[in-house]
Amino acid sequence: MKRISEKLPDKSGHFGQYGGRFISETLMPAVCELEKAYRRLKNDRDFQKELRYFLASYTGRPTPLYYAERLTKKLKGAKIYLKREDLCHTGAHKINNTIGQALLASRMGKTRIIAETGAGQHGVATAAVSAMFGMECEIYMGEEDIRRQLPNVFRMKLLGAKVNPVASGSKTLKDAMNEALRDWVTNVYDTFYIIGSVAGPHPYPMMVRDFQSVIGKEAKRQIKASEGRLPDMLVACVGGGSNAMGLFHPFLNDRRVKMVGVEAGGFGIKTGKHAASICAGTVGVLHGSKSYLLQDKYGQIKHTHSISAGLDYPGVGPEHSYLHDSGRVEYTYVTDREAISAFSLLSMTEGIIPALESSHAVAYAVKAAKRLGEGRVIVVNLSGRGDKDLDTASKILGHTV
Amino acid sequence: MKDTRRLSASSSRSRLEGVFRGLQERGEKALITFITAGDPDMGTTKRIIFELERSGADIIELGMPFSDPMADGPTIQASSERALKGGATVKDVLRLVREIRGKSSIPVVLFGYYNPVFVYGLERFARDAADAGADGVLVVDLPPEEAGGLKRELQRKALDLIYLVTPTSNTGRMRLVASKASGFIYYVSVAGVTGARKTLADRIPAEIRKIRKFTGLPVCVGFGISTPAQARRAAACADGVVVGSAIIDIIARNIGAKDLAARMGRFVSGLKKGMG
Repeated sequence: MKRISEKLPDKSGHFGQYGGRFISETLMPAVCELEKAYRRLKNDRDFQKELRYFLASYTGRPTPLYYAERLTKKLKGAKIYLKREDLCHTGAHKINNTIGQALLASRMGKTRIIAETGAGQHGVATAAVSAMFGMECEIYMGEEDIRRQLPNVFRMKLLGAKVNPVASGSKTLKDAMNEALRDWVTNVYDTFYIIGSVAGPHPYPMMVRDFQSVIGKEAKRQIKASEGRLPDMLVACVGGGSNAMGLFHPFLNDRRVKMVGVEAGGFGIKTGKHAASICAGTVGVLHGSKSYLLQDKYGQIKHTHSISAGLDYPGVGPEHSYLHDSGRVEYTYVTDREAISAFSLLSMTEGIIPALESSHAVAYAVKAAKRLGEGRVIVVNLSGRGDKDLDTASKILGHTV
Repeated sequence: MKDTRRLSASSSRSRLEGVFRGLQERGEKALITFITAGDPDMGTTKRIIFELERSGADIIELGMPFSDPMADGPTIQASSERALKGGATVKDVLRLVREIRGKSSIPVVLFGYYNPVFVYGLERFARDAADAGADGVLVVDLPPEEAGGLKRELQRKALDLIYLVTPTSNTGRMRLVASKASGFIYYVSVAGVTGARKTLADRIPAEIRKIRKFTGLPVCVGFGISTPAQARRAAACADGVVVGSAIIDIIARNIGAKDLAARMGRFVSGLKKGMG
């Protein structure tokens, strides 16, 4: 059987035709320096030891793999396990990566951290580790996202970060990333850019994947312990795709484990108001790498829509595009409405309020559990908690709760 | 096969090379002016280009607008937005080049981001750009490492692919860029996005001397140059000076005004005089 992806990206940062380094010359030396530093520290015992220490004592790893028994019984289908990334410090999987990159930044002698954020989870996770390592921190966030994720804005400020509102374009994650790149190119000498997803120029997609793959490594061990075998299916939501890649990657060569990445279907693919880059996009280049994109026929990037700010992005990590083309991972979508109903369902049946992003994965798992039937096992990445989404949810569900 | 290609490349490399050679003989430096095609519409862009030429511009850098111009400051971002609002596409930009070429032999360098070019199709882009009469292409987010495909297609059509050298470029990258470059080298004077700056970096002359160790191509300086005094300083050590945001600013402040071209003319001849 053909083994897939483990050796990727290649030396120049490509996953097949995807990935690469499409950035201005000013940033090339910086990403080359970053790659060199990362490759060195990746195999450095002290660095790995320090990383493990912070993941355990600061983040709270390992996170539990929880058997959602009431949900499973209600659906009368496959067993559903939740990988509880929502229990990580700061409330989402994002911190697995920000700890890693902040450690790297401090080893590289950088004193200033910048990041983009959509839902604010990556921004909060970046602000927290910057505070912990004593580094200056500035976060770029679209005005539209500031409006719908206000609690996270205050959290970032409380953690000592400066939050810069971005008013250009669609005022969401894509525009925040443009602005963060503009900051980086201007302050490249002392600034470390912590990208929050498996996107951006090489080495980011590889590096973020590596830092996030702690999720899949733990889940593999945990499911073996509780079920005595590997799961039949893994499910995770995909915006840029870091939580999905973190869960999937350690299972890529376990050919019997099916994997499903769930994109944001917004109001439905046919309406054009969605953020399903793989399901409905074409190949292009944005933010430093080649991947599937939502764009018009002239190569201009489209405005996207999703109820969840964290998935509201017109691109996707290049390795996901590769895994889609190779057929190893199936990509699908669920709509805003399905996500909201999964948000309620999980809250009511398990006492766990999921992030709207993660609700997309839950919504798909609910459908898949019924289809697969009893005796099968599904692991869902519950990538974040939903406290940040209460305002959005109450506007929609307020009258029914 | 290879030899004929090289022959055709060298025979029609004339316009850019010719301009630099002519200027050198007269002891002048190239004034390269940037505007976004279609800002606020193609007709205005055409009128402005002819005015730029009349007022002393030696080379036109013509922006192909992109929805996410990551290397640009607020002025050129707004300019791209206006052009896209007017519906400007790569095809429209190339049509404009053809119209200019009907009346003028001023070299035109197309400036933009990779995605619209990639989506247009590399081979088709090279063919249509050459047919329209463009002379070179600069893709700001396409470093030499990723430029192989486009470079091949452009070379086949005898178009130059112009690369950037920046303040962050170390010796290794200068050497790499120099080994791949054609047309001229574009030296970015500051680490940062496009846009006017109050001061010019002191290190520019030393950096340009360093670049010249690796290439015999002309070296032009851009980013942040907006006044005749800055243009003069930059021209003192380079073969050419690129002015962009300051020109776009005049367009932005005079959209719809009858004397837009005249104002542009005065500004540009001031720059050219400053460089003299």
